[in-house]
Amino acid sequence: MYDKQVRRRRAILALLVGLSLILLTAYFGESIGGPLRTIQRGMLEVLSPIQEGASRALKPFHDLVNWVGDTFDAKDRASRLEKERDQLRKQVIGAQQARTDNVQLKRMVDLNASRDLALSTYRPVTGRVIARSPSLWFTTITVDVGSSDGVRRNQPVLDGAGLVGKVTDTTADASIVTLITDHSSGVSSTVQQNNDSGILETAAGNPNDLLLQFLPPKSTVKRGETVVTSGTKSSRLDSLFPPGIPVGTVTKVDPEELNLYQRVHVKPFADLRRLNFVQVLTRPNARVVAKAPANQTAQAGAGPTSTTP
Amino acid sequence: MNPAPTINVSLILRLAIFGVVAVLVQITAISQISLLGVSADITPLIVASVGLLAGSVPGAIMGFALGLFVDMALLQTLGVSSLLLTGVGYGAGRFREVRDPSNTLTPVAIGAAATVISQVGFSLIQFLLGVDAPVSFLLLREILFTVAVNTVIALPVYALVRRIVAPALPEDPRRRRARRAAVAGGLSPLSQPNAPRRRRRGLRAT
Repeated sequence: MYDKQVRRRRAILALLVGLSLILLTAYFGESIGGPLRTIQRGMLEVLSPIQEGASRALKPFHDLVNWVGDTFDAKDRASRLEKERDQLRKQVIGAQQARTDNVQLKRMVDLNASRDLALSTYRPVTGRVIARSPSLWFTTITVDVGSSDGVRRNQPVLDGAGLVGKVTDTTADASIVTLITDHSSGVSSTVQQNNDSGILETAAGNPNDLLLQFLPPKSTVKRGETVVTSGTKSSRLDSLFPPGIPVGTVTKVDPEELNLYQRVHVKPFADLRRLNFVQVLTRPNARVVAKAPANQTAQAGAGPTSTTP
Repeated sequence: MNPAPTINVSLILRLAIFGVVAVLVQITAISQISLLGVSADITPLIVASVGLLAGSVPGAIMGFALGLFVDMALLQTLGVSSLLLTGVGYGAGRFREVRDPSNTLTPVAIGAAATVISQVGFSLIQFLLGVDAPVSFLLLREILFTVAVNTVIALPVYALVRRIVAPALPEDPRRRRARRAAVAGGLSPLSQPNAPRRRRRGLRAT
């Protein structure tokens, strides 16, 4: 009797472990349109309205808990923000002067393409964050806008502060957004002050520490400088993100690390742990843009690891 | 040795409903609350609690089902959470069956161990699957903080699971004995702390 129980228990364990391993292997080797992923998307489709309802119902609860945490940080943040404000005030004065100069210079060289023009081809769609992964490794969020709102895979996602990530999967009413802190993410970025470009990647385990890698040798990046998307364009692979989207600020420049690995540490502007609403930059006239000559489609495109959707 | 209770329909129903609700609460609310810079993850705690209360087989099945549901709901790699949580549920259940723990703080220790297994296991599987990300000391810190937060909430989570699962479980022999003792005034006169010394002495003499 006891032996029978033991055998049964072990058989169930072996069955469950075997099933998990089969699922893992099948999923890992499967293409994007494979049956397991289709089932997953179907499940998301069913769950997204429930998740949205639950998210709304539980919002006061997590707002309350976060509010308690925020109160403790408030004093530190206030003094830090005051310093930042003073610094920015100086920068604004400089920027206003630079802008005036820029307009005059542009007129002189007859440049039509500008960042604003690049962004004007996008239509932002605002979505509410309805779920997020608890894992350190899958840094994804689920938002309540999907393909019926014009959201497609690989479209950039922002919040009020800066770049958040990109859409990696969609259903009719929901989308999965992979954050810039995910291990699979790589954003071509530029340090605004000196135009040094690199690829922004994550250091696993810390959402506040991104690494701007592959900077040019003898780069002169300094702490506090701003990192924006570079929106690079090449004949083979374009960047997903339009140029000029603020990403973060350089927090640490170790000269040895900079010389040896050509990288600096960056803190994202967006608070990726506390996202309530985000904007997906959809492209309603993407086909028109795709058919246009190459010089007109400048600045809009796909990520460093994929082609234009 | 404490034998595993039998699985019945009521238990399955309770666990299924509780599992779905718990995962939804986890991904829609708890994951968005930051404590010490990390979020609590109640899934290993729930699975470990089910294992502790219901035994290794219900624990393993709950772990598999809950892990599959989490991976489905979040479009993660299928099978990773199932594999880890199956191990967590089975391990907790075997601990109950072999050791028959009676200490009040057992769920805290088991909860911490379950979180360590799930966090470290997750990281290892990601590396085995070829994740290309520089790993820093901060990852270790994040795992430690998650374990700390989960350890703090382990006891309330266990109490909640027990409240939901206990009515569907056959009565624990230890609890039955304790209740019978309370009703009948003790198992024997010797077990009564206020029993008169003379009577005890008399009993010993006979």
